[in-house]
Amino acid sequence: MRLTLKILLYAALIIVAIATVTPMLWMISASCMPSGQASNYPPQFFPTSFTFDHYTQLFSRLNVLKYFFNSLLLSVSVTLLSLVVNSMAGYAFAKYRFRGRDKLFGFLITSMVVPAQVTMLPLFLMLNKMGLVNTYWGVIIPGMAGIFGIFMIRQYALSIPDSLLEAARIDGAGDFRIYWSLVIPLCKPILVTLAIFTFMGTWNDFLWPLIVMTDDSMYTLPVALANLMGEHAQDTELMMAGSVITILPVMIVFAAMQKYYIRGIMMGSVKG
Amino acid sequence: MNTGHKILNDEMFLSRSQTPFDSTIGKRGVRNGAKPNFGIRYTMFNIRNSGGTAALFLFPALAMLAVFFFLPVVASFVLSFTDFDIYSLGNIHFARFVGFENYVKLFDDPLFWKALGNTFYFVVVGGPLSLIVSLLAALAINSRLVRFKGFFRLVYFAPVVTTLVAVSVVWRFIYHPRFGMLNYALSVFGISPIDWLGNPHWAMPAVILLAVWKNFGYNMIIFIAGLQNIPDYLYEAARIDGASPFDQFKKITLPMLAPTTLFVGIITMIGYFQLFAEPYVMTQGGPLDSTLSIVLLMYQQGFRWWNMGYAAAIAFVLFAIIFLATVVQYAVQRKHSDL
Repeated sequence: MRLTLKILLYAALIIVAIATVTPMLWMISASCMPSGQASNYPPQFFPTSFTFDHYTQLFSRLNVLKYFFNSLLLSVSVTLLSLVVNSMAGYAFAKYRFRGRDKLFGFLITSMVVPAQVTMLPLFLMLNKMGLVNTYWGVIIPGMAGIFGIFMIRQYALSIPDSLLEAARIDGAGDFRIYWSLVIPLCKPILVTLAIFTFMGTWNDFLWPLIVMTDDSMYTLPVALANLMGEHAQDTELMMAGSVITILPVMIVFAAMQKYYIRGIMMGSVKG
Repeated sequence: MNTGHKILNDEMFLSRSQTPFDSTIGKRGVRNGAKPNFGIRYTMFNIRNSGGTAALFLFPALAMLAVFFFLPVVASFVLSFTDFDIYSLGNIHFARFVGFENYVKLFDDPLFWKALGNTFYFVVVGGPLSLIVSLLAALAINSRLVRFKGFFRLVYFAPVVTTLVAVSVVWRFIYHPRFGMLNYALSVFGISPIDWLGNPHWAMPAVILLAVWKNFGYNMIIFIAGLQNIPDYLYEAARIDGASPFDQFKKITLPMLAPTTLFVGIITMIGYFQLFAEPYVMTQGGPLDSTLSIVLLMYQQGFRWWNMGYAAAIAFVLFAIIFLATVVQYAVQRKHSDL
């Protein structure tokens, strides 16, 4: 009975595992197939001959290096700037006393139910007026402050003992010094987690860059890929190569930082 | 500094250090059924003139949120009562207040009802399906009989971190009626080819399948954490009392998981209401508008045809629905789980 159950469990787990990885493995495999091989019946899993032509074509003819650069620049800038902005606010909410603090914090938490799409139309008009549509700032500025980030940092900073901060104060450290030399290093684990979240979120984001980047040369990888799909839908192998280039960087970040990422999800879930 | 204060702080330090740096501070309040207090009572760091300094720390974030989040929310509301269109884009004076006209027009628009229906289809079928798959995967991985837990967890989680647009591109080819892998796999079981993305009846199930594949690993992680929080002695006691594994699942696992399920249910639902990239990449809302979602309709109206007043009304209807659905789900689950 126990053995049968065990076998059934493993069978189910392995079948689901295969279903989960097959699309991604096929994507990688098909990106190395000679043109046309992916459109065959029955479908083939391995390239008859390996080729990197589709990758070279993407970089030489289809400007993918520029899209890659755009995605990287935006993801890194949003991550760094939002960490500074959110950690300052999160720290203030955790460790300072001021009138209306708890009400203000509660208000921010409540407003997390507002979907981002609600803000997009006026935000576009505002950025248009400011001349920021189709610039990097158009993506960076709205991404700089985030309620979720403030919340996570505040929850973490609450567990910093006050006595530590007071000791630093007695030793003559100013407010900013305490924040920068004491609080930031103490909050490192949560900052790393948030950095991964923000980096991946910005890299994978689609709707807002699609709206605000109107010129081809400003596209991020997902926007460029969706656009490429319109012109090269028949060119399966090329599209797979484009998908690999888009997914690979986040996969690498995830593989390297898995521990922090998983822990972040669990932390975020505990609040409920 | 005030010495009495300092002693108090040292006591705090001791009591906190048993669970240093955990983020579960607010949890106790929630578990007891009380209002979450967000751990406010731990704040003892009382600084002279702290209001002023706090303001300096808060200013960048609050200013950005005010200008680039809260102001647009209000502006969007105002916008939804105007006929802002492509002409107003050049000169804002062309926009006029039209009262509820956008909303009236919206509720008369068959395309809006179609998009609303599709979105609900996606949320009502896809959401619970995703939750069930996540829970089953979590139960299997958490089972005592299974080894290589880390490996399965990693594999199941991998799709979560991928780029939605890229996997939508990949799945478009997987769904190809002639050369796609899915139909090939089904043909092994004697199922004749299905035109997944070309048939209005199959297009939404195809979108749901992709979404579940992409998302279930995320909720699975949260469920695993929830399962590990259930104390073992509950199961031991049940076993001694002769409860079957199914009874244990029904009487211990599910009730103990209720807070986790509520959280996971709400975030999944909110996310699923915002369906956009999958239909944008795979079907452009077709065939016969069978995968047109609310956000896709908003995008088309607002940023393709520049009917921004009308699009703002769509955005606000989405907001209202998400808000109501969150409140309802919260109320219903609270009542059932009776925490």
